[in-house]
Amino acid sequence: MNVWQFFASHRVEILAATREHLTLVLIAMAIAVAIGVPLGLALVTHPRWRAAALVVASIFQTIPSLALFGFLIPLPFLGGIGARTAIIALVLYALLPILRNTYVGLTGIDPAIIEAAEAMGMTEHQILFRVRLPLATSFILAGVRTATVITIGVATIAAAIGAGGLGTFIFRGVAMVSDAVILAGAIPAALLALLADFLLGLLERRLRVV
Amino acid sequence: MNETTIEFTNVEYRIPGRASPPVLDRISLKIHQGETIALLGRSGSGKTTMLKLINRLRTCSSGDLLVENQSVRDWDVIQLRRRIGYVIQEVGLFPHFTIEQNVCLVPGLENWPIERIKSRFAEVMQLVGLHAAQYAGKYPRELSGGQRQRIGVARALAADPAILLMDEPFGALDPVTRAELQREFLSLSRKVSKTTVLVTHDLREALLLATRVVLLDAGRIVAEAGPGDFLKLDQKVARAFIAASELVAGVAQ
Repeated sequence: MNVWQFFASHRVEILAATREHLTLVLIAMAIAVAIGVPLGLALVTHPRWRAAALVVASIFQTIPSLALFGFLIPLPFLGGIGARTAIIALVLYALLPILRNTYVGLTGIDPAIIEAAEAMGMTEHQILFRVRLPLATSFILAGVRTATVITIGVATIAAAIGAGGLGTFIFRGVAMVSDAVILAGAIPAALLALLADFLLGLLERRLRVV
Repeated sequence: MNETTIEFTNVEYRIPGRASPPVLDRISLKIHQGETIALLGRSGSGKTTMLKLINRLRTCSSGDLLVENQSVRDWDVIQLRRRIGYVIQEVGLFPHFTIEQNVCLVPGLENWPIERIKSRFAEVMQLVGLHAAQYAGKYPRELSGGQRQRIGVARALAADPAILLMDEPFGALDPVTRAELQREFLSLSRKVSKTTVLVTHDLREALLLATRVVLLDAGRIVAEAGPGDFLKLDQKVARAFIAASELVAGVAQ
């Protein structure tokens, strides 16, 4: 059976898996943004924690993804088999690019602009939210974009711990030694990644200030 | 003589944590209400640092600096800065704010009522010779260098501060626009009568705009004169500045 025949005969299943995949990615990204951006903001006013936070986030990213999924399974509350564990692992992966870009974007602003803001009598808090954050938005979004593309890829491995998604076809295809089945998972995953990259890229350009 | 607005007494400034010679060394200077002081000096003479001590962007290492009879150390730094207008070249405008947002920043921070902010915007825009309605919604990047600099002045004047600090405000402009803005500033400063401290390395600008020129060299005040007397000074650095600007005039002839 070739790829196209497989696509045609498993249309419904592939669509369902794509939806599952997208759900995993969207939930994981929403949580990663909700943690990463505020944490990045906090690091600007508490620079003592900067090194520690970035090192911890980097360590998560160096753990091979399959191993991370494996490590999480035996953990109480967080772990186990299924989507919840997968989402936790995906969040840990997505965190570094978001956190790093948020922090670098917020602190990489022309010092003359920050000094002008100080000279106008803005408080540290006002400078953070009214000058740094708006000027860093497109840079933060670039981090979200990188994280999204990574997460779409890593989420295929989530199938190994029973979280579903497009990885289901890839693992099945490997077991069956069938390129067609592997591609039924890989092609939609690649298309999703390209589409996300394109759409977030558009948004990033729209929000660029200077 | 008018009341003293800013008073430096034996002020020294060293870069924190560095043993190098002080950036400013035993500076004493009284600036009176309504004066326009030009701090003239070469790059690295400490003139910008002296300006930044006044609104506490830098803090004196020793000595005392009074603003309106109160040591800058005892001022609430946010209140102090909101009472002092500050103009810097080019970069000072916020790129993500419209012209109106830029100009009305300090009145907004001070929670002025909306109507008062609106009317103040129209007022200061008129002072700097720009049409308020035409520029309100524009962004700094849509403006020419000269227009941006006018906006910078308008922003500094918006909250009607008693003191105006200007750090080479016309430095980044082409010579024609610069001359135009200098003339406008002169007539504007007569109208608003602020105590102004202007940093410049251009002797002509200092003589044109200032009521008193203070010459700095290597962190010390080396000469001080009214614009009429400055050219008669015998001091070495003063002669160098005069010679340099005569050279420019000579080329023109």
